[in-house]
Amino acid sequence: MNFETTIGLEVHIELKTHSKIFSPSPVAYGADPNANTNVIDWGYPGVLPTTNKGVVADGIIAALALHATVEKHTHFDRKNYFYPDNPKAYQITQSDKPIGHDGWVEIDVDGVKKKIGIAEMHIEEDAGKNTHERDYSYVDLNRQGTPLIEIVSKPDIASPAEAYAYLEALRQRIQFTGISDVKMEEGSMRVDVNISVRPVGQEKFGTKTELKNLNSFNYVQRGLEYEEQRQQQVLMSGGAVQQETRRFDEKTGETILMRVKAGADDYRYFPEPDLPALNISDDWIKELGDAMPEMPTKRRERYVNDLGLTDYDAMVITQTKEMSDFFDATVALKADPKMAANYLQGDVNAYLNEKQVDLQATKLTPANLAGMINLISDGTISSKMAKKVFKAITDGEEPKAYVEAHGLVQLSDPAKLQPIIDDVLSANPQSIEDFNNGKKRAVGFLVGQIMKQTHGQANPQVVNKLLMTALQQ
Amino acid sequence: MNYFKQDVASLHADLVAKKISAKELTQATFDNIKATDPKIDAFLTLNEDAALKQADAIDAQGIAADQPLAGIPVALKDNLVTKGLKTTAASKILENFNPVYDATAVSKLANAQMVTVGKTNLDEFAMGGSTENSAFKTSKNAWDQTKVPGGSSGGSAAAVASGQVPVALGSDTGGSIRQPAAFNGIVGIKPTYGRVSRWGLIAFGSSLDQIGPMTRSVKDNATILSAIAGHDDHDLTSSTQAVPDFAAELNDATSVKGLRIGLPKEFLAEGVDDGVKSAILAAADTYRKLGATVDEVSLPHNKYGVAAYYIIGSSEASSNLQRFDGIRYGYRADDVKNLEDVYVKSRSEGFGEEVKRRIMLGTFSLSAGFYDAYFLKAAKVRTVIINDFKAVLKDHDFIMGPVAPTTAFGIGDEIKDPITMYMNDVLTIPVNLAGLPGLSLPAGFSNNLPVGMQLIGRPFDESTLYKAGYAFEQNTDFHLQLPTLGGQN
Repeated sequence: MNFETTIGLEVHIELKTHSKIFSPSPVAYGADPNANTNVIDWGYPGVLPTTNKGVVADGIIAALALHATVEKHTHFDRKNYFYPDNPKAYQITQSDKPIGHDGWVEIDVDGVKKKIGIAEMHIEEDAGKNTHERDYSYVDLNRQGTPLIEIVSKPDIASPAEAYAYLEALRQRIQFTGISDVKMEEGSMRVDVNISVRPVGQEKFGTKTELKNLNSFNYVQRGLEYEEQRQQQVLMSGGAVQQETRRFDEKTGETILMRVKAGADDYRYFPEPDLPALNISDDWIKELGDAMPEMPTKRRERYVNDLGLTDYDAMVITQTKEMSDFFDATVALKADPKMAANYLQGDVNAYLNEKQVDLQATKLTPANLAGMINLISDGTISSKMAKKVFKAITDGEEPKAYVEAHGLVQLSDPAKLQPIIDDVLSANPQSIEDFNNGKKRAVGFLVGQIMKQTHGQANPQVVNKLLMTALQQ
Repeated sequence: MNYFKQDVASLHADLVAKKISAKELTQATFDNIKATDPKIDAFLTLNEDAALKQADAIDAQGIAADQPLAGIPVALKDNLVTKGLKTTAASKILENFNPVYDATAVSKLANAQMVTVGKTNLDEFAMGGSTENSAFKTSKNAWDQTKVPGGSSGGSAAAVASGQVPVALGSDTGGSIRQPAAFNGIVGIKPTYGRVSRWGLIAFGSSLDQIGPMTRSVKDNATILSAIAGHDDHDLTSSTQAVPDFAAELNDATSVKGLRIGLPKEFLAEGVDDGVKSAILAAADTYRKLGATVDEVSLPHNKYGVAAYYIIGSSEASSNLQRFDGIRYGYRADDVKNLEDVYVKSRSEGFGEEVKRRIMLGTFSLSAGFYDAYFLKAAKVRTVIINDFKAVLKDHDFIMGPVAPTTAFGIGDEIKDPITMYMNDVLTIPVNLAGLPGLSLPAGFSNNLPVGMQLIGRPFDESTLYKAGYAFEQNTDFHLQLPTLGGQN
């Protein structure tokens, strides 16, 4: 039997606003429990929410970044449920009229491009956090009211690899807008997953299961791969998939039953009466759209078509907005694009990995990287010397000044090189004979000797040229 | 000297002239409350020490002529949160609750140096029309202590009518200021929705609730509304409309001349007592004599108001009251085994019968499968009711009618029959649904109990209502008749 798979992803993205979505409390991490809270966050009697306009703006930006339609007349709704980390016993969210709907992102799996639809995105508040001890539980409301955007995919994702690609595309686009850090490992991006399989040709979707504990894109893909196989086997053995929630086990790569869902929860949604409806003007949407940075897909096109990078290079450079901005700034300073891309992917990435830091946290600057690349291009330094210079610019040193101070300037003047070459040739008649007998290796030896004499500062290209001329005379 | 019949303006004059100090006035107020409250049970909590201290400070500073409220006593309905002063909403679930902040209306009065003397009784969470739903006590009508004071702001109404305080604040979700004002022969206004900030008002029906003043004269009422009204950054439903000095506009007892008044036939239909009806018809004649036109008009969908209200108000309440869960503050049941126990037992034991009834009604109305037939339908009815009012107010300056179909009923008479109790609000509820201002003022007596008249205006046109109320007051003497409780009255 052949099966087709349908995957749905609900992605929560934490926004980087200064204050919470409905209260003036700060959004910040690492504070003492309940330090970043006020009466609104406690769900105190008599309090009212107020809308943080910045969150609405971020919602519009997310909608624009994901090619969605911005809902101009929208409002908030209450989602009612009891839990100690939910102090009002309702979450203020959007159910009826989400701020954005009908968007898409393009994915590329093994060279096959596909558009994945986004059903809707809405802005809402996060809950607090419960910590359980043996006989009691703690409630920390610092996270209560942190602004979130929830992005819900259409049932277009047909494989775990597509799910991975979708998440990557989503992460990249949101990351480029700057509204969120979108880091799974820090919880600023969270993913809820559901999957169903059905025999090819069957019209009705299969029964779906939900997966929890998927803490990286890799785990999402692996969990889905396991679950896809498991559901197929259940169906092939004549069984029925149950509507249930399963937990991904990182060690075994399997999914384990957590709970069976008995009917849908009834959250009794209704319009939030404490907040006026939002009327979003065309002018505001345009203003936010105009101020939005160029998206990664656009940048990749530019890098390939205008700057001559390979698709792969363009893809790596656009992993984060910081890297891409750094690249653009470096190229703007007349650095060779290909060399700039190579350095960013190679030495820079290796350095970031070694130090475990983000690019913006280093002393590297586009000016210094461009300066170094330009010194290589104009022959002032060799790429071998550049290794030392690179280390220096990671410490914030200006490349030209560093090169001069350390005498790293490459010897390229033929008038100065010629006597050295002549000396080496007269000291090594055997090599000349070898060369004349067709042993090309002799050249390498001679270059080595010249480099030795110049303490490595001779320009290899110039040396080669002069040497060959001398040998062929 | 008897301060307990004086209005705010004359108390202010006496304070400025130093005929009495703020401290003396405050002390006299507490003495009087202690003498009279055993008869009417208006107060839940007194604020004696803090109030006397505040009065001292006011005296030390001196009261200037441009501080019309400085040193004047005020009582607050106990669903307005007061910093450090117990706030219960007349519920066991908040029995020992001491808030950490002041409601905006409260801090505005405090900034004007009014002296909060205490917190008044109400129906639990403002749900009811008699104060019989209070978890702590039933207040009594100032005119007849066998009758209810009305509700839910019954404590505030009885306190003002009996002379305990010249001013009290109430809240009105479906008539909770106007009906007790009517039952006690005083003046009360439910301002336009959005006129007064709801920050610090313990929410019942968020789209219906408004705070308003309860006083013995129209002018006092206007003075206090100007003091508490205005936009508040804490409440996005509060309006940015400019707030007039309402009291300053009251100087012409014939200002209704040339106005068109609508008297809806539905407001005098079956179920309205004859005594009430004749008082309102007499009031209509008074307005005619003053040069106004009174037309019979129709609000054809008025009768659906009660049903729509009990769905919308209860739905909002069912959500608003979920925060009373025994976790962070308020009552928590003993003998709990798990989280569900904390919720179920705390709420079952902490809430009274009427509150639980409305939570169930609201929860049902919002449930999957019932939402469209109940909540959504009620929201549509609300729009129809708004349009009824719009049509009449297009060519009428305001609407007049009774506040309630009857005068105050007996304690215990209706509490067993929720539907009869709910029908008391048939004439006030539509005004909340439409978000309009409604003024309740004394318009006569029936069987020795006060009859209240209701004036309903255009959005944010409290001015016209106050002017019309003032004109009526100046040409009648109902508001000058005060109940006698004995004691210092």
